[in-house]
Amino acid sequence: MEKQDFKAVMEVKDLFFTYPGVSEPTLKKNNLTIYKNKITALIGPSGCGKSTLLRAMNRIHDLYPGCEYKGKIDFLNPQSGKMENLLELRKENELIGLRQRVGMIFQRPTPFPMSIYDNVAYGLKLSGLKNKSELDGRVEKALKDAAIWKEAKDRLKDSALGLSGGQQQRLCIARSVALKPEVLLFDEPTSALDPISTSAIEELITELKKDITVVIVTHNMQQASRLSDYTTFMYLGDIIEFNKTEKIFVNPSVKLTEEYITGRFG
Amino acid sequence: MGANLFRNLSFFSATLSFFLLVGIFAVLFTYAQQSMQEFGFDFLLTEEWEADEDDEGGIFGGYIPIIGTLLSTLIAMTIATPLAMGIAIFLTEIAHDKIVKPFSIAIELLAAIPSIIYGMWGLFYFAPIVQLTIGGNGVGLLTAGIVLAIMVIPYMAAITRDSMNTTPDVLKESAYAMGATKFEVIKDVVMPYSKGGIIGSIILSLGRALGETMAVAFLIGSIMSIPKSITDPTTSIPVLLANNFAEAQDLEISSMYYLALILFVVSFAIISVAKFYFLGRNK
Repeated sequence: MEKQDFKAVMEVKDLFFTYPGVSEPTLKKNNLTIYKNKITALIGPSGCGKSTLLRAMNRIHDLYPGCEYKGKIDFLNPQSGKMENLLELRKENELIGLRQRVGMIFQRPTPFPMSIYDNVAYGLKLSGLKNKSELDGRVEKALKDAAIWKEAKDRLKDSALGLSGGQQQRLCIARSVALKPEVLLFDEPTSALDPISTSAIEELITELKKDITVVIVTHNMQQASRLSDYTTFMYLGDIIEFNKTEKIFVNPSVKLTEEYITGRFG
Repeated sequence: MGANLFRNLSFFSATLSFFLLVGIFAVLFTYAQQSMQEFGFDFLLTEEWEADEDDEGGIFGGYIPIIGTLLSTLIAMTIATPLAMGIAIFLTEIAHDKIVKPFSIAIELLAAIPSIIYGMWGLFYFAPIVQLTIGGNGVGLLTAGIVLAIMVIPYMAAITRDSMNTTPDVLKESAYAMGATKFEVIKDVVMPYSKGGIIGSIILSLGRALGETMAVAFLIGSIMSIPKSITDPTTSIPVLLANNFAEAQDLEISSMYYLALILFVVSFAIISVAKFYFLGRNK
């Protein structure tokens, strides 16, 4: 791999992950670097562990007891400039702090059963923001950042469930962006959306990387090649290849990667 | 031909429930006529329930059983609702998988116990405890209300649990992913999401508590008097009907139909209001 000049925000080091009640680890000795303000795509056939790896990065796995981690995921502390292993976090409030720094967008839009405004303000209120005018400002900014302000501004008090699927997904992104996370994890964010909504989301993700580091799991190879700066190809819990996206898609160094990208299996 | 037959059969089944409802109302209304003409709406506020010596007439009023029914139901719902919510939340969000199963089975079995058993247990075991700890004669409003609460908790908890279980994991995860605590996820995501089921469980339990006869007959005291304190004995509509039907004649029978009609209308009204008020707004 070529020498990088970019700053790493997250470094996965020799990570093993085992689900409860399973004897074999799902992730085997994964090594991966996530660079600041870049989009890193995780690709690979179903069951290869890409979502599992993604869900380790904000420890959302820990909602279900019995998951086992081995290895390290170092995460840059922006105050001290030092890398800290996020797998060492144990207390609930430490994990909550982590999840406010590492946001997550899911496959299907998940608006909460409340108004559009409250959806975006929810995370802010959780983090202790109470001032009404500051809340209003942050909500408006987040909705603008997520390119949904135009559609939503006249119906902020309406239920978020009345939005279309693509709008709901952008609302979910707005909700996460409002918390000013350092990293945003996308778990196949467009697989439930039509092509037009998909391209709106893709455009949005590209915009977001100015401020936020993005990791995206996708089944769609065109999407990975369009969007990402780095691509990781995973297979059966191993990271087969990690490199700049153009390198992976034009001239992969591993035969398996080439076979997957050209559609010979997967 | 076959499709037509099936269509007609299912149409018949569907309309049957509607006609039953109307039919029951019509019967109650017809038989209550004599008493309605005699007492009118004063029936609702009259405290006496006395037949004349010759059993041909008398003064009959529904005030006491109506108050008794409403108060015992109110006590039951006040106690049952928070407990049932707690049980449902524990089973869906907090308890470990290994505990959930036996607890769920226990709750379903509690719901299957016939009400006479609750009545006996309440009278012989629970009423003396109430007498010792809170006072009164043992039987009375409070005892009936508490035992009613115990009877409806399994229903309420089971339905609420089922509806909370329908909250998609990914919805909860996305709240956790924004830094919500377990309590916040329950309060802001699980509860609003399953609101319909929760209200439905309360309505069903309310209906059951309003109409419960056997256990309440054992426990409420069956006395025609206005309760001055929460432990005083009184009576309720179903209890009065069950106790008096055998000996009653003419006007008294008609007055009982009047009471039954009131119970019918009250249950119907509470359920409709709850349904429209809570479920209509979001849909």
